[in-house]
Amino acid sequence: MPGKLKVKIVAGRHLPVMDRASDLTDAFVEVKFGNTTFKTDVYPKSLNPQWNSEWFKFEVDDEDLQDEPLQITVLDHDTYSANDAIGKVYIDIDPLLYSEAATVISGWFPIYDTIHGIRGEINVVVKVDLFNDLNRFRQSSCGVKFFCTTSIPKCYRAVVIHGFVEELVVNEDPEYQWIDRIRTPRASNEARQRLISLMSGELQRKIGLKVLEMRGNAVVGYLQCFDLEGESGLVVRAIGTACTLDKISNTAFLPACNSPSKEMKEIPFNEDPNPNTHSSGPSTPLKNQTYSFSPSKSYSRQSSSSDTDLSLTPKTGMGSGSAGKEGGPFKALLRQQTQTALEQREFPFFTLTAFPPGFLVHVGGVVSARSVKLLDRIHNPDEPETRDAWWAEIRQEIKSHAKALGCHAVVGYSESTSICEEVCILSASGTAAVLNPRFLQDGTMEGCLEQRTEETSPLGCGFCHIPYDELNMPFPAHLTYCYNCRKQKVPDVLFTTIDLPTEAMVIGKGCLIQARLCRLKKKAQAEANATSISNLLPFMEYEVHTQLMNKLKLKGMNALFGLRIQITVGENMLMGLASATGVYLTALPTPGGIQIAGKTPNDGTYEQHISHMQKKINDTIAKNKELYDINPPEIPEEIIGSPFPEPRQRSRLLRSQSESSDEVMELDLSHGKKDAFVLEIDDTDAMEDVHSLLTDVPPPPGFYSCNTEIMPGINNWTSDIQMFTSVRVSRLSNINLTNQTLNKNFNDLCENLLKSLYFKLRSMIPCCLCHVNFTVALPEDEVIQVTVTAVAITFDKNQALQTSKVPAAEKTLQRASTDNEEQLQFPLELCSDPLVSQPFSPAKAASLDKASPLAEGHLRHRSIPSCTNSSVSVVKMTPLSFIPRAKITKYLGIINMFFIRETTSLREEGGVSGFLHAFIAEVFAMVRAHVAALGGNAVVSYIMKQCVFMENPNKNQAQCLINVSGDAVIVVRESELEMVPVQPSAPVSQPTSAGGDVTT
Amino acid sequence: MTNDLDIFVGNTTLIDEDVYRLWLDGFSVSDAVTLRLRSGILEQTGATVDVLQSDTMDHYRTFHMLERLLHTPSKLIHQLHFQIPPSRQAMLIERYYAFDESFVREVLGKKLSKGTKKDLDDISTKTNITLKSCRRQFDNFKRVFKVVEEMRGSLVENIQQHFLLSDRLARYYAAIVFFANSRFETGKKKLQFLTFEDFAYCAEQMIENWTLGAVDSNVDDMDVDLDKEFLQELKELKVLIADKDLLDVHKSLVCTSLRGKISVYNEMEANFKNLSRALVNIASKLTHNKDVRDFFIDLVEKFIEPCKSDKWTLNDVRLFLTQYMTSAHTVDAFRHQALWDRYMNTIKSCLLKMYHD
Repeated sequence: MPGKLKVKIVAGRHLPVMDRASDLTDAFVEVKFGNTTFKTDVYPKSLNPQWNSEWFKFEVDDEDLQDEPLQITVLDHDTYSANDAIGKVYIDIDPLLYSEAATVISGWFPIYDTIHGIRGEINVVVKVDLFNDLNRFRQSSCGVKFFCTTSIPKCYRAVVIHGFVEELVVNEDPEYQWIDRIRTPRASNEARQRLISLMSGELQRKIGLKVLEMRGNAVVGYLQCFDLEGESGLVVRAIGTACTLDKISNTAFLPACNSPSKEMKEIPFNEDPNPNTHSSGPSTPLKNQTYSFSPSKSYSRQSSSSDTDLSLTPKTGMGSGSAGKEGGPFKALLRQQTQTALEQREFPFFTLTAFPPGFLVHVGGVVSARSVKLLDRIHNPDEPETRDAWWAEIRQEIKSHAKALGCHAVVGYSESTSICEEVCILSASGTAAVLNPRFLQDGTMEGCLEQRTEETSPLGCGFCHIPYDELNMPFPAHLTYCYNCRKQKVPDVLFTTIDLPTEAMVIGKGCLIQARLCRLKKKAQAEANATSISNLLPFMEYEVHTQLMNKLKLKGMNALFGLRIQITVGENMLMGLASATGVYLTALPTPGGIQIAGKTPNDGTYEQHISHMQKKINDTIAKNKELYDINPPEIPEEIIGSPFPEPRQRSRLLRSQSESSDEVMELDLSHGKKDAFVLEIDDTDAMEDVHSLLTDVPPPPGFYSCNTEIMPGINNWTSDIQMFTSVRVSRLSNINLTNQTLNKNFNDLCENLLKSLYFKLRSMIPCCLCHVNFTVALPEDEVIQVTVTAVAITFDKNQALQTSKVPAAEKTLQRASTDNEEQLQFPLELCSDPLVSQPFSPAKAASLDKASPLAEGHLRHRSIPSCTNSSVSVVKMTPLSFIPRAKITKYLGIINMFFIRETTSLREEGGVSGFLHAFIAEVFAMVRAHVAALGGNAVVSYIMKQCVFMENPNKNQAQCLINVSGDAVIVVRESELEMVPVQPSAPVSQPTSAGGDVTT
Repeated sequence: MTNDLDIFVGNTTLIDEDVYRLWLDGFSVSDAVTLRLRSGILEQTGATVDVLQSDTMDHYRTFHMLERLLHTPSKLIHQLHFQIPPSRQAMLIERYYAFDESFVREVLGKKLSKGTKKDLDDISTKTNITLKSCRRQFDNFKRVFKVVEEMRGSLVENIQQHFLLSDRLARYYAAIVFFANSRFETGKKKLQFLTFEDFAYCAEQMIENWTLGAVDSNVDDMDVDLDKEFLQELKELKVLIADKDLLDVHKSLVCTSLRGKISVYNEMEANFKNLSRALVNIASKLTHNKDVRDFFIDLVEKFIEPCKSDKWTLNDVRLFLTQYMTSAHTVDAFRHQALWDRYMNTIKSCLLKMYHD
């Protein structure tokens, strides 16, 4: 009996009227945990009952504490008939199970019903008394901390980063059980909510056990997903990175870590001859390992088959290739260390996207794998071997791709699925990387923090240097000497799934780049369907990649961060949506332009047309460079001296598809012999492509967007943030759909959605949309659903202007040669954008004037009474791992919530829009209430993982499932913390008010 | 391609004050879009009509969901569903309960019943305010009325406490409730020159001086009903006009002190008895509900109109009423000084407010 759970039901308020006759309610509460249920007294005839119950005590195993949610049901007492349920509250008590998180859950929770939504609120107090457990064979993992944040949480220090943990549990979906033929949808949905809550508790416990086995104490970058496989069942799976974290007791120790504006470093022109300082202090004894040299041939292949993968099992120590020769002795040394550190691991994967300084040594490029599977019924839920095997296969593939890139690890790793009927696409992607081994081993971490500064490459270009062997490149690529250090080779473009490393040096600002694509497919059954999907996938990947590359060039940038490619399968089409943040890395060469070539050279008008297009493209590139402040210094070409003179652009993406039959396809994403800067317009399709390139409208002045945590070039955030979710469902009206019209429709849908966001958030200008996360679903034939979650943050233009007094970029460049201290933290906001340089645009000022005078004859006053003190505390939410201008002082535990909402009166609730609008607002409200009850005031790393919406307008019905997660935290505003006046112009004193402050 | 579903939900509820006004004014989404287009918003922001349409729909949906809470503003403050900063909550409530001058003038003093509600169509056509907006305003009046009708304590404070309105708006609502309860006639043609503000001022004066709550805060503290006892006592004032000696003394006292000060001395002297009779008669008749209703008409017909026709200035009226009131104290035979002051202070304030130059 290692735990005692204590619950007290205090009061209710705003309850719905349950008795029409009296317009009142006779409410009582059932408190259930596991199989034990307690009841409060009936509080008669009140909509604001005061139960003030005794402490209900549950004596339970800590295993149950982890798995089970506390279930609170509010009912209306009825003497003659069955009691009516008003609604429920599920409370995850996990945050109470580890010492550093919350100690009590206490507060008002919205009472939720799957049909009626929120119906009043209930005040509950929950406490847990844990006893020490001496049982070695325990099944619980109390005490392991979970974080959704994909970087080391702000008030912790990583002692060891152990690596990948994964687990999945399966069950039958209650909705598809026979009993649902007879019970109400409501009962079935409630069963589903409860089951998923239970399953995620179990999953978390099992992952925790694995972490304890690895001698870790926390999971960072925890990502849990549901696969609603329909008749074949329900899969809950999770991945994360096991770590040993140490709480930084003196919070002032690392103030920089908490600064939301991760300062971009200035571009120092450094002549330090040795950028490989990271290998100067090996902390592990050198092991003289014999590498079995694999034939270089195998690396020239784009992907290796699963069979090859198996031969490349980690224990053999193969895969580093002829590292020592050309990469210099340092590289070999490093590789050996990393090798040993990662050797023991089955999957050297990390779900982190941002790392402690010095952790990331080299980045190879994006690796991804997809596989098409046919779902079958899960026969034995206790042994989910099939699903495990599927994922193991994909991970194996990812690992081999990373190896081919000369990397031992994959960072920024994530997994996803797309299900349509019985076909399922499993996807995994990440960034191949070489890591500093010292973070990966036990016992070698002493003093790592002290050494860290010395370890980091002062140039911040180390991660761009190729990890693979130049002569045995896994794919043909165009390499040059690094533009920063001039010593190591770098590729001409770099694609990654991680956040921009803090040490990276960037010119100008970044921007959101998206590739969008649709492909029609024939409706088919089972095997045939899977095969046709498998056949389409490579083409889609290729085109998505081409689009990304072209758009990147059009922006005048040379690297993508946070790349996320989502392939969604529907009945009769496949959708591809790739989002990433483009930046200009100083270490990489300046991207060339885009040339257009026509096929029929003798046609005069045609040539004219071509040259017109060419001009348009060149203009766009020039305009973009200006827009994003990309003005790299001119460096004479001869200094760089490229050993490969032919200007070939090559794909750095490595991927493969395998279908259910384990057949492996190979795909060459490099553009063959053709020069990829040249777009050949040989048919109307190509013409369309070029057109669509140019139709992407840049955001209006004052707006920037990115899908990463931070936006390069902006570092003066204010505390004014607005997190939002926007959903659009579009029905394709055309019966004769072609790929072209489909593409155009999809493109328009996304572009219009973005335009709408810019319009809605116009009062926040100057503003940046950060962590823009698009998801696409195909719920029915000819129906596309796009969901966007992001946070808009206002930044301070004035402050930027002030900082621009520091020497201009060019000067610094020349001077910095003597100035090679690494901490050159000059903000990059050097050139003010002429379009938004005024703090308030005249248009806005005018509209403010317009709004104030009262219309004639109207008794309207602007004198508003002094605000009544609200009892509701403000909870900020953000998909980022930090709150701008505030410091996280405590992590209270993860929030992982699953809700189902249904209606049988869709029209009455304002149609589909009204229904979903209310539901999403309710989900936000419930998340906020839980955080507030834990004593928190913000949610960081918030993510809406699932939003499955189904409607049946004929029956006037709709249903929606939403799954959200994040980390509940306590934040303290910087101004309060330091008591140092921040810039007077910064509106720190107004936390969220301006979020809704829209003037037209 | 059509958008079946198109929503935007912010963690902090996004509120556009201009769209809120259009919604309150009862415009349909398409009318609101047209009006917003006319404001030149597209030129300012570079957006398209589609964007504007979607934005307007979104705001309308939000307001529709908030409306339920706005009916009981304390719920809006305590609810968890929408995260709205307190200053915005106050703005939402204040604007929701704001009303149009032309509308309130139509409804003021009428019974807030279903019958009146049926007339809203006509009011809407007459005032050019949308029917939807008329309904909102009417329902607000009725809701406030229902809540505070039977309540003890200060009317203004009760309204403020339950509806979290600004002081000014709460005072206006107090006037509306007071007028609706006593059913003062305000709609006659002769009263059209009076603004709502004039009436609200008079109501405030009457609430402060003539209700039960005005004299004793312990006894059944009701601000809504006029003090019946006081109205009964007002009959005693009749002596001022019934007793010929008293009337003459009063007149000579007023005339003496006003000679040379008032610009319409002759007219005043000639009319004194008529005016005095009018004011005292109004007082003595207030025991009948019918006469209470006609209170303002009587003031206009019996006092304001005669003065107007003799071209009295506001200053003349002020001088006259002040002297008329104070002189009564020096009339030895007149014993009802306290009663007189309670009556005349309010009458004087009301008349001065209602007398437009």
